[in-house]
Amino acid sequence: MADMNRERHRTRETAFYLFTQQSLPACKPVLTPGWVITIFLFMGLIFIPVGLITLRASHSVVEIVDRYDTECVPEAFRIDKISYIQDDSIPKNCSRFMKVHKYMKAPIYIYYQLDNYYQNHRRYVKSRSDKQLLHGQKYHDTSSCQPVELNNGQPIVPCGLIAWSLFNDSFTFIRERAELKVNRKNIAWKSDRDHKFGKNVHPFNFQNGTLIGGGKLNPKVPLSDQEDLIVWMRTSALPSFRKLYGRIKEDLDADDVIVVNLMNNYNTYSFGGKKKLVLSTSSWLGGKNDFLGHACVIIGSSSLILAIVFTLLHLKYRRPYGDTSYLPWSRKSLSG
Amino acid sequence: MPKGRIRAKLRKSHLYTFCIYPGDVGKEGWSLGGPGFSRIVYCNEPQVHSQIPLKYRSNDISTTKYNFITFLPKALYEQFHRVANLYFLGCAIASLTPLSPFSAMSMIAPLTFVVGLSMAKEALEDWRRFMQDMEVNGRKVKVHTGEGAFGKKAWQDVQVGDVVRVEKDQFFPADLLLLSSNFEDGICYVETMNLDGETNLKAKRALEVTLDFDEDEDFKIFKGMIKCEDPNPSLYTFVGNFEYDGQVYALEPSQILLRDSKLRNTEFVYGIVIFTGHDSKVMQNSTNSPSKRSKIERKMDCIIYVLFSVLLVISLISSFGFAVEIKYSMPEWWFMRPQNPDNYYNPGKPVLSGLSHMVTALMLYGYLIPISLYVSIEVVKVLQASFINQDIQMYDEESGNTAQARTSNLNEELGQVDTILSDKTGTLTCNQMDFLTCSIAGTAYGSGSSDVELAAAQQMANDLEDKIELDTVVSSNSEKDHKSSIKGFNFEDTRLTNGNWLKEPKVERIMLFFRILAVCHTAIPELNKETGSYTYEAESPDEGAFLVAAREFGFEFFQRTQSSVFVREKYTASGKPVDREYKILNVLEFTSKRKRMTVIVRDEEGLILLMCKGADSIIFDRLSNDGRLYQQDTTRHLNGYGEAGLRTLALAYRKLEESEYSAWNTEFQKAKTSIGDDRDIQLEKAAEMMERDLFLIGATAVEDKLQKGVPKCIDKLAQAGLKLWVLTGDKMETAINIGYACSLLRQGMKQICIMANDADTKEEVKSDILKQINNGSQIIKEEKDPHAAFALIIDGKTLVYALEDDMKDHFLELGVRCASVICCRVSPKQKALVTRLVKQGTGKTILGIGDGANDVGMIQEADIGVGISGVEGMQAVMASDFSIAQFRFLERLLVVHGHWCYKRIAKMICYFFYKNIAFGLTLFYFEAFTGFSGQSVYDDWYMLLFNVVLTSLPVIALGVLEQDVSSQVCLEFPAIYQQGPRNLFFDWYRILAWMGNGLLASLIIFFLNIIIFYDQAFRADGQTSDMTALGTTMFTCIICSLNIQIALTTSHFTWIQHATIWGSIVAWYLFLSIYGALSPNISGNAYQILVEALAPAPIYWTTTLLVTMACSLPYMVLIAYQRCFKPLDHHILREIKYFRKDVEDQCMWTRERSKARQKTMIGFTARVDAKVRQVQRKGHKKQ
Repeated sequence: MADMNRERHRTRETAFYLFTQQSLPACKPVLTPGWVITIFLFMGLIFIPVGLITLRASHSVVEIVDRYDTECVPEAFRIDKISYIQDDSIPKNCSRFMKVHKYMKAPIYIYYQLDNYYQNHRRYVKSRSDKQLLHGQKYHDTSSCQPVELNNGQPIVPCGLIAWSLFNDSFTFIRERAELKVNRKNIAWKSDRDHKFGKNVHPFNFQNGTLIGGGKLNPKVPLSDQEDLIVWMRTSALPSFRKLYGRIKEDLDADDVIVVNLMNNYNTYSFGGKKKLVLSTSSWLGGKNDFLGHACVIIGSSSLILAIVFTLLHLKYRRPYGDTSYLPWSRKSLSG
Repeated sequence: MPKGRIRAKLRKSHLYTFCIYPGDVGKEGWSLGGPGFSRIVYCNEPQVHSQIPLKYRSNDISTTKYNFITFLPKALYEQFHRVANLYFLGCAIASLTPLSPFSAMSMIAPLTFVVGLSMAKEALEDWRRFMQDMEVNGRKVKVHTGEGAFGKKAWQDVQVGDVVRVEKDQFFPADLLLLSSNFEDGICYVETMNLDGETNLKAKRALEVTLDFDEDEDFKIFKGMIKCEDPNPSLYTFVGNFEYDGQVYALEPSQILLRDSKLRNTEFVYGIVIFTGHDSKVMQNSTNSPSKRSKIERKMDCIIYVLFSVLLVISLISSFGFAVEIKYSMPEWWFMRPQNPDNYYNPGKPVLSGLSHMVTALMLYGYLIPISLYVSIEVVKVLQASFINQDIQMYDEESGNTAQARTSNLNEELGQVDTILSDKTGTLTCNQMDFLTCSIAGTAYGSGSSDVELAAAQQMANDLEDKIELDTVVSSNSEKDHKSSIKGFNFEDTRLTNGNWLKEPKVERIMLFFRILAVCHTAIPELNKETGSYTYEAESPDEGAFLVAAREFGFEFFQRTQSSVFVREKYTASGKPVDREYKILNVLEFTSKRKRMTVIVRDEEGLILLMCKGADSIIFDRLSNDGRLYQQDTTRHLNGYGEAGLRTLALAYRKLEESEYSAWNTEFQKAKTSIGDDRDIQLEKAAEMMERDLFLIGATAVEDKLQKGVPKCIDKLAQAGLKLWVLTGDKMETAINIGYACSLLRQGMKQICIMANDADTKEEVKSDILKQINNGSQIIKEEKDPHAAFALIIDGKTLVYALEDDMKDHFLELGVRCASVICCRVSPKQKALVTRLVKQGTGKTILGIGDGANDVGMIQEADIGVGISGVEGMQAVMASDFSIAQFRFLERLLVVHGHWCYKRIAKMICYFFYKNIAFGLTLFYFEAFTGFSGQSVYDDWYMLLFNVVLTSLPVIALGVLEQDVSSQVCLEFPAIYQQGPRNLFFDWYRILAWMGNGLLASLIIFFLNIIIFYDQAFRADGQTSDMTALGTTMFTCIICSLNIQIALTTSHFTWIQHATIWGSIVAWYLFLSIYGALSPNISGNAYQILVEALAPAPIYWTTTLLVTMACSLPYMVLIAYQRCFKPLDHHILREIKYFRKDVEDQCMWTRERSKARQKTMIGFTARVDAKVRQVQRKGHKKQ
């Protein structure tokens, strides 16, 4: 045992000694043409198949997009859309027809898409209180929710601009007179429902009095079940974004026509934002995403081309490796 | 103390003709009291000097930069002098306001860390200086305390006017006026090594009036007054009067004992303190140690400025965009409640909002300016320095000293040195003379052939096969140096040793030769009680070497009395040792002007002999016709010795008739006692009369022993393309000899000597020097031979003019064109001035190396100062940036450590900028998509960790451990060092290329990510990405790309690099899962991000892979192309090593190594090559 200990001690010492003398065993790779060609070839061989597979997945996705914000304003109000949307007395219901051009397999995801909507603006993003969402009125320090913190001296739950500007258009889908079942559960992250929005926190003093913005919330339902709100509170990264509205549990056949009855409540007219409704299937990859596939194929094929170019160059201008004639003191051009 | 008494009896001045006499010229004294000459010292009345206006500076010295009170403000000022630090300070302050895009802690903590670390380093360095000062100030010296009693006092308490008693081998505590010594005539010997690097002892002589004050009790009544010049840095001048007993006596430099010089060969002296502490001449010579920064770091500042401009531009764009958005779009964004504005988002005041956004933007994009760069560089440099400190191959076993990087600021500068300015004594040479060979009566004795000739012969023989290894020859020679066991004697020839000379044919001449060695000198023998042999205290080490040689040959000089020299002859015809007495009749001393020394002695038979030794040219001029018997042979030998760098002296003698001598002697005595200006001239004349018709008997060659490995080291440094200037306080002859010994000079090299003539006016002298310089330049310009090499030799007197403003450029131009430059007899100040001239004139990196206090100026002035931590005092080391134990370690310090450190730091900084640009710009692009609101796409924690954990360790590992080629290859191919001075790795192209790479990476990372995650669901479950998911994916891509990039950059992978690079990527995922697992109160939107949202999504992994590869593709193409078709030196060398070609093809390896050396002009190899060329040319002629 003692011997072993000493042995171990010595090796540790040697390793440290080698370190201080900067002579630790090291791998000193040399980039030879062989390696270069192999690496590029390898990259090409990985990315082209990956690209093709993702393209295939992307192509399998069927997507229908319908912009409805302009069409859903009655002819009379087309000139002044803002007054239309701000006038509560005007009915906001509207019907749209969507034609399925290809068989869509359930689940079919329903998204609403907003364009030119700066959900990522700093003033907007900061204006929330995660603690209040979890603990409700027990949590008092909601200064971060400015400017939607208090109403009539009473705290607002949920506070902040994000919650206050909740999207409130609603959609129902009818195929051949029969209403399609839309599942509006499980559209938010499970962790959000379980851990970030309180089970005992109910909306309070929300969209009340003078402070009226977007959608209202049912004060009876705890926040953890208000999935629309939870989805909305996940602020988007870009000013153009889609958010999940629900899932249709039935397959749609090609040439089906779907009637969408929607309530066009949400104001995007003041800032020229667009509203779209999207029906989409999904693949293992997610939504329709040709770009990823294309990018992979491009990178892969450029690697392949590089591999070929380097092979040709190498065959033409072969440089013997470790050839000393390349050393500067052997090169004639170098003087001084 | 019997020895002291014997010595005390000697009145040496009696014997020596050219001894400094008290100037009777100046009895009337100098006219003093004007400006610049106002100092008054009341001798033995220090209490008078405790009050103004006579209160002068105290004797304690301080070389520290700070003290307890000034440290904080001064050090803080130094720190925030750096622009980047100032910017971060601004950011830290702004981060306390709501404008900050991040939490305040994340701005303040790194800054505190950086500044704290740097300040701690400063404090430590200053503490060391302080301790050194304490040690010096605390030294003790005996001071007159009144009533004839002397007591010990610390140096710092010594006051002007004090009488001090300094004993043998002590340093003088201040500048003193010499009053008396243990010798009756008030002579004392002083070693001024620390002042001017000269090892010769210098004689100082007291005024005759004060000679009697040579006992402690005498000072009860001593009173006097000194009026003299104000403190000034001139070491060789002193103007002052000494008033005593109503008489005024003029004082001269020969009565002044300077601080930091040492009393030698004298038991004690008494002196009066004139200049104390910082007033003393040596302290006046010291310049403030400047804080040095490396060129790379200065350039880095430029890059920082560039980045600042970029930062300002994008911040301006950002705040302009913000203001526009606020003014025109914000009122329409009802969801942001524009009707409730605050100062920051106020559609009514877009300018105000824009301005305050500017602050936010400056902080947000602060990632462009890598604050962690400073921390990382500090850390890397400290580690690099510790490698230098621990390098076992720079460990000197004899002294037990390792190399020391005393500041870590300049590691990379070591890799960019262009010119080395070196001291000679103690740096190149050991200050030890060895008797090596001699030529007696036309026969050469001793192992005469020099190393160079030996190597050249072998090289010739093997020229075709290239088999020989020069290094082995050189190293075997350096080993030989070690064999000599007797200090001062390195003679190997059995014909002369052990009494064998008795069997030689010209035994009479040989005996005479040895007798001259044993008698013709001014040394004093000292019996070493332990060994029973005699050692000699001589004025110059050469003389000591002669006496040791004579002793070894059997002629032991063992006693000197007032009038005689006693020599014990061991080998005689009878076989018994005989003591012989030589009565010294006259000594005609050695001076640099006379270049010879003569003694006239009467031996026991009554024969009068004149023995003379001196420079060969001088002796040859004074030979009689008969005396030229051996001149031809001796000249041949002398040339050989000179070429080998040995110091040579010719020995001659003359028999004198009694009548002839006495006639001359009366003449001589008359001259000696004459009073007036022409005394010296008369003496000279008299000496000249006697020193003629000499008979040449032989010549000696003494080796000024080089330090171990110096020629080889100089050779390697020359191969590495470095220029070497030697700045020495020594005589020109000595300097030239050393030039030969170090192969800085060689036969066939054209020496351009610039010497001031003795013209009357300054203008004439100057114009003459200018003419000489221009001539020199002209010669070089007209030279056609590509192998021609030139050497410039200049002395201190000439340098005074050459360094003046109107001339220095010409001088520098000439110096730069010469292969080697030797400046002799230069003062410490001049060393510093030359250094400054070369540094500023060429703009290249200058390394100054020296060992003594006289080199301090040079060491401080040079870009890098290296001190030799040898036998001399510690001043040079204290002032230096690096200290090494021996000159030869300089090779490894520069060629290995310097080269590595340069490339490491260069790579590291480039990578840093790349990394911060790649990251910082993604923040900016994202702004464009958020209405320039200052929102960051990344979580605060990611940003905080980015610099601290996730990307810092690999780059530190790169900076510490990267090696382009192994140390062995560095040493074998010193030419690779040129990559540093030519700055191939930190030029603007490279820096901009790296920045461009960063820009490209940021574009690829950002746009690929946002397009992929634009609006579509990123999972099979249909969820779309939010800001956190996108930010996290983007950040993953950044971490992977940056770490892959550094893996591509690194060329030397030990397990540490692997661990840090791959560990960083793993650490990111680890962090993400841990952070996601924490309570959502902490992690916010990042809660469960990896586990729940991203990891199950194939698109996340595909994107990471795609973006990482896309980022590294351009760089890979570049390096693949470069390695395949445009390789650099180190790539080829790596390949050779990689394919083990050096093992398989030894021949090629050796050939390449010798090829690599061809360009050099100086050094051992160049010399051998020149010799080979010369011999070949001769061969051609014969054919």
